[in-house]
Amino acid sequence: MSGTMKITLKVWRQADPTAPGAFEEYVAPDVSPDMSFLEMLDVVNERLIEGGKDPIAFDHDCREGICGMCGLMINGAAHGPSKLTTTCQLHMRSFKDGDHITIEPWRAKAFPVIRDLVVDRTPLDRIIQAGGFISVATGSPQDANALPIGKPDADESMDAAACIGCGACVAACPNASSSLFTAAKISHLGLLPQGQPERYRRALKMVAQMDLEGFGGCTLFGECMAACPKGISIDFIKRMHGDYLWAAVTEKPEKVTLGSG
Amino acid sequence: MHMKLDSKIPSGPLKDKWDKHRFEMKLVNPANKRKYHVIVVGSGLAGASAAASMSELGYNVSCFAYQDSPRRAHSIAAQGGINAAKNYRNDGDSIHRLFYDTVKGGDFRAREANVYRLAQVSNSIIDQCVAQGVPFGREYGGLLANRSFGGAQVSRTFYARGQTGQQLLLGAYQALEKEIARGGVTMYNRHEMLDLVVVNGVARGIVTRDMVTGAVEAHVADAVVLGTGGYGNVFYLSTNAKGCNVTATYRAYKKGAAFANPCYTQIHPTCIPVAGEHQSKLTLMSESLRNDGRVWVPRRKEDCDKKPSEIAEEDRDYYLERKYPSYGNLSPRDISSRAAKEACDEGRGVGPGGRGVYLDFSDAIGRLGAKEIGERYGNLFEMYQRITDEDPYQVPMRIYPAVHYTMGGLWVDYNLETTIPGLHCIGEANFSDHGANRLGASALMQGLADGYFVLPYTIGHYLASNTFEKVTTDHPEFQAALESVKTRTATLLGVKGTRTVDSFHKELGKILWEKCGMARNADGLKQALQEIPVLRDEFWKNVTVPGSGDSFNQSLEKAGRVADFMEFAELMVTDALHREESCGGHFREEHQEAGEAKRNDEQFAYVAAWEYAGDGKAPVLNREPLEFESVHLATRSYK
Amino acid sequence: MGSVFAPNLWDMLKFWNSSVGKKVVMGVTGLVLVGFVIGHMAGNLQIFMGQVRYNAYAKLLQEDIIEVTWAVRIALLVSVILHVLSAWQLTQRAWAARPVDYSIREAQVSTYASRTMRWGGVFLFVFLVVHLGQFTLGWKWLLPEFIRGAAYGNVVLAFERPLWVAFYLLAMFFLLLHLVHGTWAVLRTLGVAKNAAEPLARRIPWIIALVVTVGFSLVPLGVALGVVR
Repeated sequence: MSGTMKITLKVWRQADPTAPGAFEEYVAPDVSPDMSFLEMLDVVNERLIEGGKDPIAFDHDCREGICGMCGLMINGAAHGPSKLTTTCQLHMRSFKDGDHITIEPWRAKAFPVIRDLVVDRTPLDRIIQAGGFISVATGSPQDANALPIGKPDADESMDAAACIGCGACVAACPNASSSLFTAAKISHLGLLPQGQPERYRRALKMVAQMDLEGFGGCTLFGECMAACPKGISIDFIKRMHGDYLWAAVTEKPEKVTLGSG
Repeated sequence: MHMKLDSKIPSGPLKDKWDKHRFEMKLVNPANKRKYHVIVVGSGLAGASAAASMSELGYNVSCFAYQDSPRRAHSIAAQGGINAAKNYRNDGDSIHRLFYDTVKGGDFRAREANVYRLAQVSNSIIDQCVAQGVPFGREYGGLLANRSFGGAQVSRTFYARGQTGQQLLLGAYQALEKEIARGGVTMYNRHEMLDLVVVNGVARGIVTRDMVTGAVEAHVADAVVLGTGGYGNVFYLSTNAKGCNVTATYRAYKKGAAFANPCYTQIHPTCIPVAGEHQSKLTLMSESLRNDGRVWVPRRKEDCDKKPSEIAEEDRDYYLERKYPSYGNLSPRDISSRAAKEACDEGRGVGPGGRGVYLDFSDAIGRLGAKEIGERYGNLFEMYQRITDEDPYQVPMRIYPAVHYTMGGLWVDYNLETTIPGLHCIGEANFSDHGANRLGASALMQGLADGYFVLPYTIGHYLASNTFEKVTTDHPEFQAALESVKTRTATLLGVKGTRTVDSFHKELGKILWEKCGMARNADGLKQALQEIPVLRDEFWKNVTVPGSGDSFNQSLEKAGRVADFMEFAELMVTDALHREESCGGHFREEHQEAGEAKRNDEQFAYVAAWEYAGDGKAPVLNREPLEFESVHLATRSYK
Repeated sequence: MGSVFAPNLWDMLKFWNSSVGKKVVMGVTGLVLVGFVIGHMAGNLQIFMGQVRYNAYAKLLQEDIIEVTWAVRIALLVSVILHVLSAWQLTQRAWAARPVDYSIREAQVSTYASRTMRWGGVFLFVFLVVHLGQFTLGWKWLLPEFIRGAAYGNVVLAFERPLWVAFYLLAMFFLLLHLVHGTWAVLRTLGVAKNAAEPLARRIPWIIALVVTVGFSLVPLGVALGVVR
């Protein structure tokens, strides 16, 4: 609850996906340490609008660290300097008076810039479409307790399922790889008995889609795990590799059976 | 010009209504389903589950979301859990008890038949979610775990750590993505619905704006489903996501759908207090915290500035335990919120501005150990610490009520159809199941019930019962809607005034929070009815929206939403003023008895369904009487 | 047709085309090479047992069991080719995946070792060619006094020159880094490592890398310090 801080921002501005884009500097003279990072940007934007200028575009929605919509590269770190924290939950008390902050969008070929700090992350949805689900139609299941699942497995599955799909793993990875995102979903479902029938096929398809989208491969730098606001472990990438390898040697090709049904 | 409100509640005993209705509803031949195009607006629990389920049945579905992915919808932020009448704990739960708790929790202002159906399908939801791979909390024996929640004396809440909404939404989202991949659903991300198109009295499509390119487009369908969430952001500060808005439902209202009970807003008791003027949203701390946290304020005003540890046990007022001994800290949300407000109004609030009460875990930590408390609430504690810079393991949390959920919404009949034929409304966007107050862990249940297990049946009945003339976007109604959306955008951009959209939104929010918030009275509401139109006029004269309409423009998006909030606010206040009773989230100061809300069942046991009568004209009130056959209308007591 | 453990050509191509497949190839070939460097290092240390012993060891490999040596050489050659090719292609993909770079990106947890895999790998490849030219192929411009069959003498002659010692020690430094990351990463790449509370810890990889590189370094150091002469 100390006094206000003066912060100088260097922000990437880009009018549209094809425009060149460049950094612009803004001074925020009266930042309260209790503000969230996005509230600080709100204040900067209010002033820009009052001055007849275009505000800085950035994605955000829930502002409580769960929707995964926000995500900025702040001084070279995805979601900024605080560990296990999304941009919206980062507070200005993590900075000090006089600081200079560089803000960039997530940068990856698969995440083209839409405007300023807003990028297109639909490739992540397409990775899910490739197999990040359990094929169960509404209404068909058995009683929920008919299938006991050991607590350790359920807990580990939940660890992986905590992914919010923000794309920080891609942003932080020197290779712009989406391995952690993909591995988290493969592991969430693959650790559960419900996920077994499609486990290997899922790994094959999701990895193929990840490559198709133009993400880089995994070098196990570990940067993704450090950037992940939900602390998802790179152990899941290992699991994905194991599943993929097993799938590659054992998975049978899909047979088209005519005349059935 | 009163509209006819036919709730279409099936006849027969309460417990047989849904079965009977399912049998009586018409079916669409499987081969014909793909010929029907259904639009679903919203991709939260209700929208995503409905879109996926209808696609699985064979319908041709289009789904729209304003976020960049359906996975972002605000259902994702629900923390605590989802109720179901499984009675796995053997503690006396049943469908009837869940039904009764929900009706009572809603202060007897919900429709019996809908709530009973909700309780009936609740068990199937858990089955469905487990099959999808939702990693619910489990016991060491491998079976599902449960926790207790406010407003219930049985343990019926299923949870996935403090991220239940996230996990349920991801389940629905994955089902939706599966259907998108299969070709059954076409997904439109970053598209905002800006108008409903009604052709010959029937909903036949929507007009959207592509938020990336600015393109205004029309979409034709045989039925339209709104799953667009609540309107809590009319208060500016709420626990809703920044983008949540009333536009879709309000546009539908202006096209003829009745808006029911807009004054029923839920103020959640456990949120992190406001820190300053810059505050952009409020953060909820799950109600489940009240399982182990004890709520208190200092007994004396003079102690408010002391550190909590310096206030002796006998100088603390555990007011919920004192006032409501049988439910204590687990009293329902409306009651707990009001009790916090009272304590702060008496000058006994803590923290900046005196708007806060303590939620203290020291007893629970002493009893169970910090490790166990960390297991249960670790992520919530971390979130609290990130926001406030205080460690709740060491000092009690400070909490204060905040706008969280809106029970009001578009009026729907038993089939979830609004007063516009073909327009259906599901989830928080409709009014149907929670009456005047929603119990914890029931929003997720209702969203998924509507989407997975109710709408997929009733939409088929609607489609099979009607014939559809061929309509294209060239139809005059579509062209008119397109034109009006474009004109409105141009108008907003053309004002070129001096005040930002947010400054108007904040001012509107303050008016509502003060005069139509946790406690309301006739004078305040009348004042609000004076102030809102003045503010709205200024908005249209003095707002500044930079940029253009044909590109990504977040100011323009906000401006359109706030413009609708400006009109909707008046409807909400009008409803609050007309309802001369206190019930659930609607507390009228004139109507209380010994500090407790006083309902007026004689005059107000009805749903207030407001009908749009034209710009500048007072909305028309339509009443759907609420008839209670299975429950006895009682004063709601949690003492 | 891909029955168990008998994938067809198409499946193999698909595998090779995937980023995970290439990484697995890099890992498996890397393991072969790790096995080789351990053996090679152990063999080299025989230099401290004298000229006779060392030259006998060289003769064993180059004459007595030359068929085995050739088999190993071919396996190693294939491994090196696949290792380099997959690394090269994955690097190309990684670079293509971020066409516009950040103005700043601060490494949070990645090690110097992991970040030098590529350029360090290039250096190791150059070293490999030089090393083979010097002691196996006998390129005169690298070691004018090279005498085929006089393994001990060749080593001593080379490392009496401080520049060669420096070059070899530098190479061992890069090998150390390459092994620290490589031996740690390979078990994860193949999906066989155990889950760990600190998955980034690299204790055993450090031991392996240190043993190998210190073992190798003893030879040039031994000559330079006059222990081997």
